[in-house]
Amino acid sequence: MTALTAAAAASQIQERLGLAASVTGGEVGVIVPRERWEEIARFAKDTLGCRYFNWLTAVDYKEQGLEVLARLDHLDAAVAVTLRTRLEAGTARCPTLTGLFRGANWMERECYDMFGVTFEGHPDLRRILLDQDWEGHPLRKDYAVDTPHAPYR
Amino acid sequence: MAETTAQQTVEIGYGGTERLVMNMGPQHPSAHGVFRAILTLEGETVVAVDAVIGYLHRCHEKLAENLTYVQYPSIASKTDYVSAMTAELAYVAAVEKVGKIDVPKRAQQLRVLVAELQRIASHCLWLGTWCMDMGGALGGGATIFLYAIRERELVLDLFESLTGARLLYGFHQVGGVRYDVPAGWAERCRQTIDLIARRVDEYEAMLEDNPFFLVRTQGVGVISRELAQDVGVCGPLIRGSGIPYDVRRTEPYSSYQDFDFKVPVETAGDCFARYRVRMVEFRESIKIVRQALDGLAEGPISSRPGVKSVGQVRIPKGEGYTRIEGARGEVGCYLVADGGAKPYRLKWRGASFSNLAVLPYIIPGHKIADVVAIMGSVDPVFGEVDR
Repeated sequence: MTALTAAAAASQIQERLGLAASVTGGEVGVIVPRERWEEIARFAKDTLGCRYFNWLTAVDYKEQGLEVLARLDHLDAAVAVTLRTRLEAGTARCPTLTGLFRGANWMERECYDMFGVTFEGHPDLRRILLDQDWEGHPLRKDYAVDTPHAPYR
Repeated sequence: MAETTAQQTVEIGYGGTERLVMNMGPQHPSAHGVFRAILTLEGETVVAVDAVIGYLHRCHEKLAENLTYVQYPSIASKTDYVSAMTAELAYVAAVEKVGKIDVPKRAQQLRVLVAELQRIASHCLWLGTWCMDMGGALGGGATIFLYAIRERELVLDLFESLTGARLLYGFHQVGGVRYDVPAGWAERCRQTIDLIARRVDEYEAMLEDNPFFLVRTQGVGVISRELAQDVGVCGPLIRGSGIPYDVRRTEPYSSYQDFDFKVPVETAGDCFARYRVRMVEFRESIKIVRQALDGLAEGPISSRPGVKSVGQVRIPKGEGYTRIEGARGEVGCYLVADGGAKPYRLKWRGASFSNLAVLPYIIPGHKIADVVAIMGSVDPVFGEVDR
């Protein structure tokens, strides 16, 4: 078996999944519809061999909604697939990847903590860095830096 | 009163199958910071662990959105304060990649030089504290700690004469580095690493001839190849599990492609394997430092003018992920720039966060004393876990 290249990964994604994929160096970027989030991640893991769960996070684009990103690496081939999905403005629900990667557990908890994204199917979706009774999600753009809160509880 | 005590003894029983919940931390000497583990025990065996983090959370990612590209590098060093040189480097490298800013050759080599010195200092702290955690088995335990800290001080002295600071440096800036090596520094640096090279041999002899050390580390806390990738552990942890993943090799940055060094790999995946990887890394880092000192190019140390105002670096619209190999593994920044003087969004991929996330999968089945050995072998720095 020849080593996977970023271009080969991108063409497989285009042919077999019908999704556009961009290539920058060893990185493949794919924009995924929310309902196909887990399916595409499974394809990247099982078919492309991107078994290394690197990170998962979100970006708040205000009126354009939240974007959730996950980076999966193929360590032997030095190819990485970055999946991104846009959640419609006003909604913050995304399927979980915990069934595929154990590393998604803490990363999704952090994303929930910071952005309020509810990962559907996550076995233990609690806040991870902030207290359980914290109000708001600090990395949302509408969360002001000087939001008042009691200093000690 | 006596009656009540007797009653309780009977309730707990002698079978060893009853479950107890024991709290460890956040203020615990072996926690290497502020980490709380809620252990469920059967007798002395841990059956489940709830790892509680966040005690050192400062919301670095929000801070980064509110500080300019000029201001933030010195704050970035506070994410991993034991390896501040590489933490800063991760941030400035991300800004340079998205902004397509060149770094002069000499600055790149200086970055390699300080990054490897930092790795030596960081591994010294890891070795000392880890051995102290395992305590009595190592003849009091504090011996190695004092030795390793003694050597770390020498490296910090070098950093002090280079930057004026011993822990958090502000050495890197977008486009290069702030300080060039002062006169006589290179010679002092050579003497220091020669000394450390000899001392590393001593540590090894002390530890590996000690049967207690071997018993407490071999076969303890095994991370399988599959688990390592599934959780996304990095650095000495993944290399101890048989995967030769090192960002310096996979995706060379700052002229690492010009250096000759080995990436140590062990296959056992236990605490001893991780220890071995780091011991070889000591020597490889020393090798890289020597090469950097020998081959230091002449020329400018920054491609940008000195800092005159906080808003003078503006990065065009764009985004990207940049990673480097810190002392604990892959440290990366995902940066979204919107054309202004501050990032629109910065995600820190902390090596310690991913490394610590493996604990709930490897601790169950071990004794309480092993929890301490396993935790120390992960080498977490909580500034980087909690960010």
